[in-house]
Amino acid sequence: MTEPFFELMFAGIFVNNIVLAQFLGQCPFLGTSKKMSTATGMSMAVVFVLILAAVFTWFINNLLVKHDLDYLQIVSFILVIASLVQFVEMFLKKMVPPLYSSLGIFLPLITTNCAVMGACLINAGKEEYLFMDCIINALAYAIGFGLALILFAGVRERIILARVPKPLEDASIGLVTAGIIALTFYTFQGMV
Amino acid sequence: MEAVSGAIFLMLGLGFGCAVVLSVASKVFYVWEDPRIAQVEYCMAGANCGGCGFAGCTAAAAAIVAGKAPPSACIVGGSECAENIAAVMGMEAGAAEAILSKNTCKGGDRADDKYSYMGINTCAAMAELYGGKRVCSIGCVGYGDCVRSCLFDAVEIGENGFPVVDEVKCVGCGACQKACPKGIIHVKTMSERLLSMNQEDGAHAPCAQTCPAQIDIPKYIKQITEGDYEGAVNTIRERNPLLLACGRVCPHPCEDECRRAIEDDEAVSINQLKRFVADYEMNSGKKFPITCAPDTGKRIAVIGGGPAGLSCAYFLRRLGHSPTIYDMMPKLGGIIRYGIPEYRLPKKDVLEWECQRILDLGIEAKMNTKLGVDFTVQSLRDEGYDAIFMGIGAWKDYELGIDGENLKGCFTGIDFLSRFSVAQQGDSDEKIPIGNNCIVIGGGNTAIDCVRTLVRLGAKKVSIVYRRTRNEMPANEVEIVAAEHEGIDFTFLAAPNKVIDDGNGHIKGLEYLKMELGEPDASGRRRPVPIEGSETVMEADMLITAIGQKPDIFFKEKEELLADLQTTRWDTIDQVDEDTLQSSIPYIFTAGDSATGASLVVEAIGGGRRAARSIHQYLNGEPVTPAPKSLFQRHIPGSLFDSVPGVGKTERTPMPELPVDERIKSFIEADLVISEDDAKHESNRCLYCCRVCYNKDTDAA
Ligand SMILES: Cc1cc2nc3c(=O)[nH]c(=O)nc-3n(C[C@H](O)[C@H](O)[C@H](O)COP(=O)(O)OP(=O)(O)OC[C@H]3O[C@@H](n4cnc5c(N)ncnc54)[C@H](O)[C@@H]3O)c2cc1C
Repeated sequence: MTEPFFELMFAGIFVNNIVLAQFLGQCPFLGTSKKMSTATGMSMAVVFVLILAAVFTWFINNLLVKHDLDYLQIVSFILVIASLVQFVEMFLKKMVPPLYSSLGIFLPLITTNCAVMGACLINAGKEEYLFMDCIINALAYAIGFGLALILFAGVRERIILARVPKPLEDASIGLVTAGIIALTFYTFQGMV
Repeated sequence: MEAVSGAIFLMLGLGFGCAVVLSVASKVFYVWEDPRIAQVEYCMAGANCGGCGFAGCTAAAAAIVAGKAPPSACIVGGSECAENIAAVMGMEAGAAEAILSKNTCKGGDRADDKYSYMGINTCAAMAELYGGKRVCSIGCVGYGDCVRSCLFDAVEIGENGFPVVDEVKCVGCGACQKACPKGIIHVKTMSERLLSMNQEDGAHAPCAQTCPAQIDIPKYIKQITEGDYEGAVNTIRERNPLLLACGRVCPHPCEDECRRAIEDDEAVSINQLKRFVADYEMNSGKKFPITCAPDTGKRIAVIGGGPAGLSCAYFLRRLGHSPTIYDMMPKLGGIIRYGIPEYRLPKKDVLEWECQRILDLGIEAKMNTKLGVDFTVQSLRDEGYDAIFMGIGAWKDYELGIDGENLKGCFTGIDFLSRFSVAQQGDSDEKIPIGNNCIVIGGGNTAIDCVRTLVRLGAKKVSIVYRRTRNEMPANEVEIVAAEHEGIDFTFLAAPNKVIDDGNGHIKGLEYLKMELGEPDASGRRRPVPIEGSETVMEADMLITAIGQKPDIFFKEKEELLADLQTTRWDTIDQVDEDTLQSSIPYIFTAGDSATGASLVVEAIGGGRRAARSIHQYLNGEPVTPAPKSLFQRHIPGSLFDSVPGVGKTERTPMPELPVDERIKSFIEADLVISEDDAKHESNRCLYCCRVCYNKDTDAA
């Protein structure tokens, strides 16, 4: 590991929060945040998939770098991550049915999730990162995603009770709230 | 050049690797899944919207294939989608039960306010504050969370301050039920509605709480005011399949609790309104359709085709099961055919029509077959019935236990009425010799039916001899009044002592002891005690003893298996729980007179439905339990409010009847049906009570 564990985690979760600071993974952020239970399910699934994806893309990336083929990163990552999620889905269905029944429905939603993709690309872009750094960074991003999603779901569950002007109802007020939450996360800028 | 070919090889290699891994994985980790799930999912809109209540389209497809959701579950796909799915599943799109939303509150803004509310305009927020601002703890708070939750524009707040559901637009998605913090919107299938019981936290009027069959009385009266007679008939049929019969013979306990009657007004004539719509259907020549759930293939033997058996079979059939009725008599109906006389309930024109409607649902009836003689419980088991219902009524007359009661000219009540009825309906050619001077002992419905029958058969003098006074007579009040009008002689406070022989083995008279009322007994009634030396003789050439009946359970001795069937000391079949009506043998259920002892037709009908509910649970392999918070035989505390300010007096519609001298000459029906105008007037007298509120005159609709 090149960087201290705590710093990596803090930076990944708060300072460079994947949703609220880097604005990746917006669709699941808005789509699965209406209910707390869905939001937690989705967060778990992202933690699971993101770590696996980080492991695999690290190997692929090494291969690419060795052959000077960095420009193939995006294409090959898409291929690998999509296949990986499919594989995991099949594996869980057969081997760990209880886990499948709680995460299963979220897995297909992650296949094309840009948060996962983004995290892997960021990892690939940091030449100084060793294997463990990548994994911890991925874990931090995933936790950051979950944190943002759960915070946001908590707010949205309450907003339903509020008197909102008609044109701003539902998704619009959701975006406004998301913006405000993102602003509060801006206070972490520069800490690490 | 080299770099490009390297890139191409690498991508090909990666792609190939992934493909191999995935295809191997799909073999290795293959889990068998019903292929129809994929086909069904293909038919769906694929929006993953969750509007159906399942987590995504795959989950919904799995639920449809598992039979847990109807083919019409996908709310985005519309009817075409439902038809395609139904084709995959090999059933008709309409075959599965439609789920509909229904509101149970009768007027949210009628109840007074507890506090003035200035918070957020949503029901959920208001309900957080002491359960809402209205004094009513269960009713609509009226901010329309349901309206907002509905994606289909099917709910709106009507002018009376409660939600009105447009049944055409409703898809049964259940969003409104989830949105309502007060739980007044119920989204249910027909089966669930048929099985739902009055519950402590429900919106039930005092009359509907009192009705043993739990009919939603204010609802059908409302439908009558609107001229929706078909709707009214359907509302009644959700609880009672014998509306023509009940409309004629029910002593309407509901009217005793009518809130209009608590001040100096008279109760709404609920039963006449029921009879009006029931007769309306029959006379219209139409048969309002009765729907049944898809077949389940479960078979139930229903022993006894009286009100209890008919009701149980009817509800089981509508739930999709296949009941078969076994009865010892030549025709269906039990006591209402063979006990209640023709002039109260015409058999050929009325009862026949009603029984046929029930059989037309697809119920088989095997007549002239008697349990313990023609078949046994074991033989039913051998035939593969999944459960058995016993509604054998109470057909064994009690005896007086005095000298001479078996002389010629002496009869017992049910025996006399049923033998006479069988002959009258052309199923035997027995001619019972009728005396000139007849005595009937007893004070119940059987006794009154005997005397009124005897009058019509030409007896010169007919007397009732009863141990207590008129106040204690258990017969329906209207029956006693009618008997008085028809010239029956009543002798109260008389205890039969012995029957006097004329020397040829025939009755000559009845000797009785006069009684007087003594100290009140445990039940608070003053007990009659004989006056010594007061023996009096009353001349008579015919005597009928009608002092009560009990079930005839001779078949218990015929079969070893039935030793486990517990019975009470009144020979009724004992139940594990009076509410579930399951007997001590788990697959045998009971209801009606054989469960409660001699009682009422509505009681038997309500019991038949409760038994059907228990049988349904039993057949589904669930534990047989009463409904949670069931309101069985009791009222919601505080719901019988004791004044109705703001309601003026109106006149109760009198019952039209044939003049006395005309009716005692024949068995033509004596009570007539009210006119449509009278029905309108009478239905408008209803206050549409709920548990704390009602319509005042000013806001009557
Ligand atoms: C004369 C009289 C007048 C009444 N008037 C009124 C009234 O005005 N209003 C009111 O509400 N109630 C009245 N009642 C009460 C009411 O009729 C009964 O409570 C009601 O009929 C009970 O229904 P049930 O299905 O339990 O029994 P029943 O109606 O008695 O039906 C039992 C059925 O079981 C069959 N059965 C019996 N034993 C066997 C066997 N071993 N094998 C096969 N089949 C068998 C019988 O043939 C019968 O069809 C009256 C009762 C009587 C006797």
